[in-house]
Amino acid sequence: MHSTSWNLCGVFSLLSILAVGGGTAILPEMHKLTVDEHAWLTDDQFRDIYSLGQIAPGPNMLMVVVIGYHVDGYLGAAIAFFSFFLPACLLTFVTARVWDYFRASPWRLSVQRGLAPMVIGLMTGGVISIARTAIINPTTVVLAALVFCALYFGKKINPALLILAGGILGLFCLR
Amino acid sequence: MSETQPVPLPKFKRDGEIAQRVPLHEIFLTFLVIGGTSFGGGVVAYLRNSLVAVKGWMDEEEFLAALEISQALPGLNATNMSVIVGDRLRGPIGAILAFFGVTLPGTAIVLILGIVYAQNHHNPYITSVLKGVGAASVGLLLAVTLQIGHKQMQHTLDLILVIVTVTMVSFLHFQLLTVLITVGPIAIYLYRPHPARPLEDDKHVVDKKAAD
Repeated sequence: MHSTSWNLCGVFSLLSILAVGGGTAILPEMHKLTVDEHAWLTDDQFRDIYSLGQIAPGPNMLMVVVIGYHVDGYLGAAIAFFSFFLPACLLTFVTARVWDYFRASPWRLSVQRGLAPMVIGLMTGGVISIARTAIINPTTVVLAALVFCALYFGKKINPALLILAGGILGLFCLR
Repeated sequence: MSETQPVPLPKFKRDGEIAQRVPLHEIFLTFLVIGGTSFGGGVVAYLRNSLVAVKGWMDEEEFLAALEISQALPGLNATNMSVIVGDRLRGPIGAILAFFGVTLPGTAIVLILGIVYAQNHHNPYITSVLKGVGAASVGLLLAVTLQIGHKQMQHTLDLILVIVTVTMVSFLHFQLLTVLITVGPIAIYLYRPHPARPLEDDKHVVDKKAAD
Protein backbone atom coordinates (compact mmCIF):
# COMPACT_ATOMS: atom_id res chain seq x y z
CA MET A 1 0.00 0.00 0.00
CA HIS A 2 1.22 3.48 -0.84
CA SER A 3 0.81 6.60 1.29
CA THR A 4 -2.60 7.57 -0.15
CA SER A 5 -3.98 4.19 0.87
CA TRP A 6 -2.68 4.63 4.40
CA ASN A 7 -4.20 8.12 4.56
CA LEU A 8 -7.58 6.77 3.42
CA CYS A 9 -7.33 4.00 5.98
CA GLY A 10 -6.40 6.46 8.73
CA VAL A 11 -9.14 8.99 7.93
CA PHE A 12 -11.98 6.48 7.69
CA SER A 13 -10.90 4.34 10.69
CA LEU A 14 -10.81 7.53 12.76
CA LEU A 15 -14.28 8.54 11.53
CA SER A 16 -15.53 5.01 12.31
CA ILE A 17 -14.49 5.25 15.95
CA LEU A 18 -15.69 8.86 16.32
CA ALA A 19 -19.19 8.10 14.94
CA VAL A 20 -20.81 8.06 18.39
CA GLY A 21 -23.76 10.05 17.07
CA GLY A 22 -24.01 8.12 13.82
CA GLY A 23 -23.39 9.24 10.24
CA THR A 24 -24.75 12.78 10.28
CA ALA A 25 -22.72 13.59 13.40
CA ILE A 26 -19.39 12.94 11.64
CA LEU A 27 -20.16 15.00 8.50
CA PRO A 28 -18.32 18.13 9.76
CA GLU A 29 -15.22 16.07 10.62
CA MET A 30 -15.45 14.18 7.31
CA HIS A 31 -15.66 17.48 5.43
CA LYS A 32 -12.72 18.88 7.41
CA LEU A 33 -10.53 15.82 6.72
CA THR A 34 -11.43 15.13 3.08
CA VAL A 35 -11.87 18.71 1.77
CA ASP A 36 -9.77 21.02 3.98
CA GLU A 37 -6.96 18.78 5.18
CA HIS A 38 -6.27 16.25 2.41
CA ALA A 39 -7.89 18.25 -0.43
CA TRP A 40 -9.25 15.04 -1.95
CA LEU A 41 -12.53 16.76 -2.79
CA THR A 42 -13.89 20.25 -3.45
CA ASP A 43 -16.92 21.59 -1.59
CA ASP A 44 -19.11 20.85 -4.62
CA GLN A 45 -17.82 17.29 -4.95
CA PHE A 46 -18.44 16.68 -1.24
CA ARG A 47 -22.06 17.81 -1.68
CA ASP A 48 -22.48 15.77 -4.88
CA ILE A 49 -21.09 12.60 -3.28
CA TYR A 50 -23.28 13.09 -0.23
CA SER A 51 -26.25 13.39 -2.60
CA LEU A 52 -25.25 10.12 -4.31
CA GLY A 53 -25.41 8.47 -0.86
CA GLN A 54 -28.94 9.84 -0.44
CA ILE A 55 -30.07 8.40 -3.76
CA ALA A 56 -28.71 4.89 -3.11
CA PRO A 57 -30.57 2.54 -0.74
CA GLY A 58 -29.11 1.60 2.64
CA PRO A 59 -27.20 3.97 4.92
CA ASN A 60 -26.21 7.31 3.30
CA MET A 61 -22.76 6.84 4.75
CA LEU A 62 -21.99 4.29 2.03
CA MET A 63 -20.86 7.49 0.29
CA VAL A 64 -17.44 6.76 1.84
CA VAL A 65 -17.01 4.18 -0.93
CA VAL A 66 -17.33 6.92 -3.57
CA ILE A 67 -14.83 9.14 -1.74
CA GLY A 68 -12.43 6.18 -1.67
CA TYR A 69 -13.01 5.52 -5.38
CA HIS A 70 -12.47 9.20 -6.17
CA VAL A 71 -9.12 9.19 -4.35
CA ASP A 72 -7.69 5.83 -5.37
CA GLY A 73 -9.97 3.85 -7.70
CA TYR A 74 -11.35 0.45 -6.74
CA LEU A 75 -8.59 -0.12 -4.18
CA GLY A 76 -9.49 3.18 -2.53
CA ALA A 77 -13.17 2.23 -2.49
CA ALA A 78 -12.39 -1.07 -0.76
CA ILE A 79 -10.05 0.58 1.76
CA ALA A 80 -12.62 3.27 2.61
CA PHE A 81 -15.36 0.64 3.03
CA PHE A 82 -13.44 -1.66 5.36
CA SER A 83 -11.74 1.16 7.31
CA PHE A 84 -15.08 2.83 7.90
CA PHE A 85 -17.02 -0.27 8.96
CA LEU A 86 -14.55 -2.71 10.53
CA PRO A 87 -13.57 -0.77 13.71
CA ALA A 88 -17.14 0.17 14.73
CA CYS A 89 -18.53 -3.27 13.82
CA LEU A 90 -15.86 -5.12 15.80
CA LEU A 91 -16.42 -2.85 18.79
CA THR A 92 -20.17 -3.50 18.58
CA PHE A 93 -19.68 -7.25 18.20
CA VAL A 94 -17.53 -7.47 21.34
CA THR A 95 -19.53 -4.99 23.45
CA ALA A 96 -22.92 -6.56 22.63
CA ARG A 97 -21.64 -9.85 24.02
CA VAL A 98 -20.64 -8.32 27.37
CA TRP A 99 -23.53 -5.82 27.54
CA ASP A 100 -25.23 -7.65 30.44
CA TYR A 101 -22.47 -6.45 32.76
CA PHE A 102 -23.35 -2.82 31.98
CA ARG A 103 -27.10 -3.36 32.30
CA ALA A 104 -26.84 -3.37 36.10
CA SER A 105 -24.91 -0.11 36.38
CA PRO A 106 -26.84 3.03 37.35
CA TRP A 107 -24.44 4.90 35.08
CA ARG A 108 -26.02 3.25 32.04
CA LEU A 109 -28.96 5.66 32.20
CA SER A 110 -26.62 8.60 32.87
CA VAL A 111 -24.75 7.79 29.68
CA GLN A 112 -27.99 7.44 27.72
CA ARG A 113 -29.44 10.65 29.14
CA GLY A 114 -26.27 12.74 29.04
CA LEU A 115 -25.13 11.81 25.54
CA ALA A 116 -28.55 12.45 23.94
CA PRO A 117 -28.26 16.27 23.81
CA MET A 118 -24.62 16.00 22.66
CA VAL A 119 -25.73 13.75 19.78
CA ILE A 120 -28.47 16.25 18.82
CA GLY A 121 -25.78 18.95 18.83
CA LEU A 122 -23.47 16.85 16.67
CA MET A 123 -26.30 16.11 14.22
CA THR A 124 -27.12 19.81 14.00
CA GLY A 125 -23.45 20.35 13.18
CA GLY A 126 -23.86 17.80 10.38
CA VAL A 127 -26.87 19.64 8.97
CA ILE A 128 -24.92 22.92 9.02
CA SER A 129 -21.99 21.24 7.31
CA ILE A 130 -24.12 19.97 4.39
CA ALA A 131 -26.06 23.25 4.27
CA ARG A 132 -22.82 25.20 3.78
CA THR A 133 -22.12 23.27 0.57
CA ALA A 134 -25.70 22.69 -0.62
CA ILE A 135 -27.46 25.99 0.09
CA ILE A 136 -25.99 28.02 -2.74
CA ASN A 137 -28.82 30.28 -3.95
CA PRO A 138 -32.44 31.27 -3.16
CA THR A 139 -33.82 28.26 -5.08
CA THR A 140 -31.97 25.82 -2.81
CA VAL A 141 -33.25 27.67 0.27
CA VAL A 142 -36.83 27.30 -0.95
CA LEU A 143 -36.30 23.64 -1.86
CA ALA A 144 -34.80 22.79 1.56
CA ALA A 145 -37.61 24.68 3.33
CA LEU A 146 -40.30 22.84 1.33
CA VAL A 147 -38.82 19.43 2.15
CA PHE A 148 -38.44 20.41 5.79
CA CYS A 149 -42.07 21.55 6.08
CA ALA A 150 -43.39 18.47 4.28
CA LEU A 151 -41.57 16.14 6.67
CA TYR A 152 -41.90 18.11 9.89
CA PHE A 153 -45.52 19.17 9.55
CA GLY A 154 -46.81 16.61 7.07
CA LYS A 155 -47.98 13.13 7.86
CA LYS A 156 -45.69 10.18 7.21
CA ILE A 157 -44.33 11.06 3.79
CA ASN A 158 -41.59 8.72 2.57
CA PRO A 159 -38.41 10.86 2.58
CA ALA A 160 -37.18 9.02 -0.53
CA LEU A 161 -40.00 10.59 -2.57
CA LEU A 162 -38.97 14.08 -1.44
CA ILE A 163 -35.32 13.37 -2.28
CA LEU A 164 -36.47 12.23 -5.74
CA ALA A 165 -38.63 15.35 -6.11
CA GLY A 166 -35.63 17.47 -5.08
CA GLY A 167 -33.53 15.88 -7.84
CA ILE A 168 -36.22 16.49 -10.48
CA LEU A 169 -36.72 20.10 -9.35
CA GLY A 170 -32.96 20.58 -9.41
CA LEU A 171 -32.84 19.37 -13.01
CA PHE A 172 -35.22 22.15 -14.07
CA CYS A 173 -34.41 24.96 -11.64
CA LEU A 174 -30.72 24.59 -10.75
CA ARG A 175 -29.06 24.08 -14.11
CA MET B 1 -20.54 -2.17 42.70
CA SER B 2 -24.16 -1.28 42.22
CA GLU B 3 -26.95 -2.24 44.60
CA THR B 4 -29.49 -2.11 41.78
CA GLN B 5 -30.91 -5.40 40.63
CA PRO B 6 -29.81 -6.03 37.09
CA VAL B 7 -32.59 -5.74 34.56
CA PRO B 8 -32.32 -8.96 32.61
CA LEU B 9 -31.53 -8.31 28.98
CA PRO B 10 -34.03 -10.18 26.86
CA LYS B 11 -32.15 -13.20 25.63
CA PHE B 12 -32.37 -14.51 22.14
CA LYS B 13 -32.77 -18.23 22.07
CA ARG B 14 -29.11 -18.79 21.29
CA ASP B 15 -29.21 -22.59 21.54
CA GLY B 16 -32.95 -22.94 21.30
CA GLU B 17 -35.41 -23.40 18.52
CA ILE B 18 -34.80 -20.10 16.74
CA ALA B 19 -31.03 -20.57 16.60
CA GLN B 20 -31.53 -23.84 14.81
CA ARG B 21 -34.34 -22.67 12.64
CA VAL B 22 -32.86 -19.62 10.92
CA PRO B 23 -30.65 -20.83 8.07
CA LEU B 24 -27.61 -18.70 7.19
CA HIS B 25 -28.81 -17.97 3.66
CA GLU B 26 -32.08 -16.65 5.07
CA ILE B 27 -30.19 -14.24 7.35
CA PHE B 28 -28.17 -13.00 4.38
CA LEU B 29 -31.19 -12.66 2.09
CA THR B 30 -33.30 -10.88 4.70
CA PHE B 31 -30.63 -8.27 5.33
CA LEU B 32 -29.92 -8.03 1.59
CA VAL B 33 -33.56 -7.10 0.95
CA ILE B 34 -33.48 -4.51 3.78
CA GLY B 35 -30.23 -3.08 2.40
CA GLY B 36 -31.65 -2.92 -1.12
CA THR B 37 -35.03 -1.39 -0.33
CA SER B 38 -34.33 1.09 2.49
CA PHE B 39 -34.38 4.31 0.51
CA GLY B 40 -34.33 7.74 2.14
CA GLY B 41 -32.31 6.88 5.26
CA GLY B 42 -33.75 5.68 8.55
CA VAL B 43 -32.82 2.03 8.04
CA VAL B 44 -33.95 1.23 11.62
CA ALA B 45 -37.63 1.50 10.64
CA TYR B 46 -37.05 -1.01 7.82
CA LEU B 47 -35.14 -3.32 10.22
CA ARG B 48 -37.92 -3.22 12.79
CA ASN B 49 -40.56 -4.01 10.20
CA SER B 50 -38.65 -6.94 8.76
CA LEU B 51 -37.11 -8.51 11.89
CA VAL B 52 -39.97 -7.97 14.35
CA ALA B 53 -43.14 -7.81 12.24
CA VAL B 54 -42.43 -9.96 9.18
CA LYS B 55 -39.83 -12.53 10.29
CA GLY B 56 -40.62 -12.63 14.01
CA TRP B 57 -36.97 -13.30 14.84
CA MET B 58 -37.21 -10.98 17.85
CA ASP B 59 -39.91 -9.18 19.79
CA GLU B 60 -40.22 -5.44 20.27
CA GLU B 61 -38.33 -5.48 23.58
CA GLU B 62 -35.42 -7.46 22.16
CA PHE B 63 -35.30 -5.07 19.22
CA LEU B 64 -35.14 -2.01 21.50
CA ALA B 65 -32.45 -3.67 23.65
CA ALA B 66 -30.31 -4.24 20.56
CA LEU B 67 -31.02 -0.69 19.35
CA GLU B 68 -29.87 0.72 22.69
CA ILE B 69 -26.48 -0.94 22.24
CA SER B 70 -26.25 0.34 18.65
CA GLN B 71 -27.03 3.88 19.82
CA ALA B 72 -24.47 3.87 22.62
CA LEU B 73 -21.58 2.73 20.43
CA PRO B 74 -19.86 4.39 17.48
CA GLY B 75 -21.05 3.38 14.03
CA LEU B 76 -24.23 3.39 12.02
CA ASN B 77 -27.38 1.89 13.51
CA ALA B 78 -27.99 -0.15 10.37
CA THR B 79 -24.62 -1.93 10.51
CA ASN B 80 -24.41 -2.15 14.32
CA MET B 81 -27.91 -3.67 14.46
CA SER B 82 -27.05 -6.16 11.71
CA VAL B 83 -23.94 -7.29 13.59
CA ILE B 84 -25.84 -7.71 16.87
CA VAL B 85 -28.88 -9.47 15.41
CA GLY B 86 -26.78 -11.69 13.11
CA ASP B 87 -24.60 -12.69 16.07
CA ARG B 88 -27.58 -13.45 18.31
CA LEU B 89 -29.16 -15.60 15.59
CA ARG B 90 -26.14 -17.55 14.35
CA GLY B 91 -22.93 -16.30 15.98
CA PRO B 92 -20.02 -14.60 14.17
CA ILE B 93 -20.92 -16.06 10.74
CA GLY B 94 -24.44 -14.72 11.15
CA ALA B 95 -23.06 -11.29 12.07
CA ILE B 96 -20.78 -11.21 9.00
CA LEU B 97 -23.57 -12.31 6.64
CA ALA B 98 -26.05 -9.81 8.09
CA PHE B 99 -23.47 -7.00 7.76
CA PHE B 100 -22.64 -7.77 4.13
CA GLY B 101 -26.33 -8.28 3.36
CA VAL B 102 -27.32 -4.85 4.59
CA THR B 103 -24.37 -3.02 2.99
CA LEU B 104 -23.89 -4.85 -0.32
CA PRO B 105 -26.82 -3.47 -2.40
CA GLY B 106 -26.22 0.15 -1.37
CA THR B 107 -22.46 -0.18 -1.84
CA ALA B 108 -22.86 -1.60 -5.36
CA ILE B 109 -25.39 1.06 -6.36
CA VAL B 110 -23.52 4.01 -4.85
CA LEU B 111 -20.28 2.80 -6.46
CA ILE B 112 -21.93 2.60 -9.90
CA LEU B 113 -23.38 6.09 -9.35
CA GLY B 114 -19.92 7.26 -8.23
CA ILE B 115 -18.27 5.91 -11.38
CA VAL B 116 -20.90 7.56 -13.60
CA TYR B 117 -20.42 10.78 -11.63
CA ALA B 118 -16.61 10.63 -11.94
CA GLN B 119 -16.92 10.47 -15.75
CA ASN B 120 -19.61 13.15 -15.97
CA HIS B 121 -19.05 15.54 -13.10
CA HIS B 122 -19.07 18.50 -15.47
CA ASN B 123 -22.33 17.42 -17.06
CA PRO B 124 -24.83 20.17 -16.13
CA TYR B 125 -27.78 17.75 -16.06
CA ILE B 126 -26.11 15.47 -13.52
CA THR B 127 -24.79 18.25 -11.28
CA SER B 128 -28.16 20.04 -11.29
CA VAL B 129 -29.92 16.86 -10.10
CA LEU B 130 -27.31 16.43 -7.34
CA LYS B 131 -27.67 20.08 -6.31
CA GLY B 132 -31.41 19.51 -5.95
CA VAL B 133 -30.87 16.31 -3.96
CA GLY B 134 -28.33 18.11 -1.75
CA ALA B 135 -30.76 20.94 -0.97
CA ALA B 136 -33.59 18.47 -0.30
CA SER B 137 -31.22 16.55 2.02
CA VAL B 138 -30.69 19.67 4.13
CA GLY B 139 -34.47 19.90 4.67
CA LEU B 140 -34.64 16.17 5.43
CA LEU B 141 -31.73 16.21 7.90
CA LEU B 142 -33.08 19.29 9.65
CA ALA B 143 -36.55 17.74 10.03
CA VAL B 144 -35.12 14.47 11.40
CA THR B 145 -32.79 16.29 13.82
CA LEU B 146 -35.56 18.56 15.13
CA GLN B 147 -38.00 15.66 15.50
CA ILE B 148 -35.48 13.71 17.58
CA GLY B 149 -34.41 16.85 19.46
CA HIS B 150 -38.00 17.69 20.27
CA LYS B 151 -38.50 14.30 21.94
CA GLN B 152 -35.22 14.44 23.83
CA MET B 153 -35.16 18.01 25.10
CA GLN B 154 -36.68 18.14 28.56
CA HIS B 155 -34.54 20.63 30.48
CA THR B 156 -32.70 23.88 29.90
CA LEU B 157 -29.57 21.83 30.56
CA ASP B 158 -30.26 19.78 27.41
CA LEU B 159 -30.56 22.93 25.32
CA ILE B 160 -27.30 24.32 26.76
CA LEU B 161 -25.49 21.07 25.91
CA VAL B 162 -26.86 21.20 22.35
CA ILE B 163 -25.77 24.82 21.87
CA VAL B 164 -22.30 24.21 23.34
CA THR B 165 -21.80 21.19 21.08
CA VAL B 166 -22.98 22.97 17.90
CA THR B 167 -20.84 26.01 18.68
CA MET B 168 -17.73 23.90 19.23
CA VAL B 169 -18.28 21.83 16.05
CA SER B 170 -19.64 24.32 13.54
CA PHE B 171 -18.35 27.72 14.58
CA LEU B 172 -15.17 27.19 16.59
CA HIS B 173 -14.21 24.18 14.39
CA PHE B 174 -12.97 22.00 17.22
CA GLN B 175 -11.89 18.50 16.28
CA LEU B 176 -14.69 15.99 16.83
CA LEU B 177 -12.45 13.97 19.18
CA THR B 178 -11.98 17.05 21.38
CA VAL B 179 -15.74 17.62 21.53
CA LEU B 180 -16.44 13.98 22.40
CA ILE B 181 -13.89 13.78 25.22
CA THR B 182 -14.86 17.12 26.77
CA VAL B 183 -18.65 17.49 26.31
CA GLY B 184 -19.29 13.71 26.63
CA PRO B 185 -17.94 13.14 30.17
CA ILE B 186 -19.29 16.49 31.43
CA ALA B 187 -22.78 15.69 30.08
CA ILE B 188 -22.71 12.22 31.66
CA TYR B 189 -21.50 13.73 34.96
CA LEU B 190 -24.31 16.31 34.94
CA TYR B 191 -26.78 13.42 34.62
CA ARG B 192 -24.90 11.26 37.16
CA PRO B 193 -26.88 8.75 39.23
CA HIS B 194 -28.54 10.54 42.14
CA PRO B 195 -30.82 8.86 44.71
CA ALA B 196 -33.05 11.94 45.00
CA ARG B 197 -33.82 12.21 41.29
CA PRO B 198 -33.65 8.83 39.62
CA LEU B 199 -33.43 8.86 35.84
CA GLU B 200 -36.22 7.15 33.99
CA ASP B 201 -35.38 4.26 31.74
CA ASP B 202 -36.02 5.36 28.20
CA LYS B 203 -38.78 2.97 27.18
CA HIS B 204 -39.10 4.42 23.74
CA VAL B 205 -35.54 4.38 22.52
CA VAL B 206 -35.49 7.23 20.05
CA ASP B 207 -33.62 6.52 16.84
CA LYS B 208 -30.88 9.03 17.49
CA LYS B 209 -29.06 8.07 14.33
CA ALA B 210 -32.12 8.24 12.12
CA ALA B 211 -30.46 10.29 9.41
CA ASP B 212 -27.55 7.93 8.78
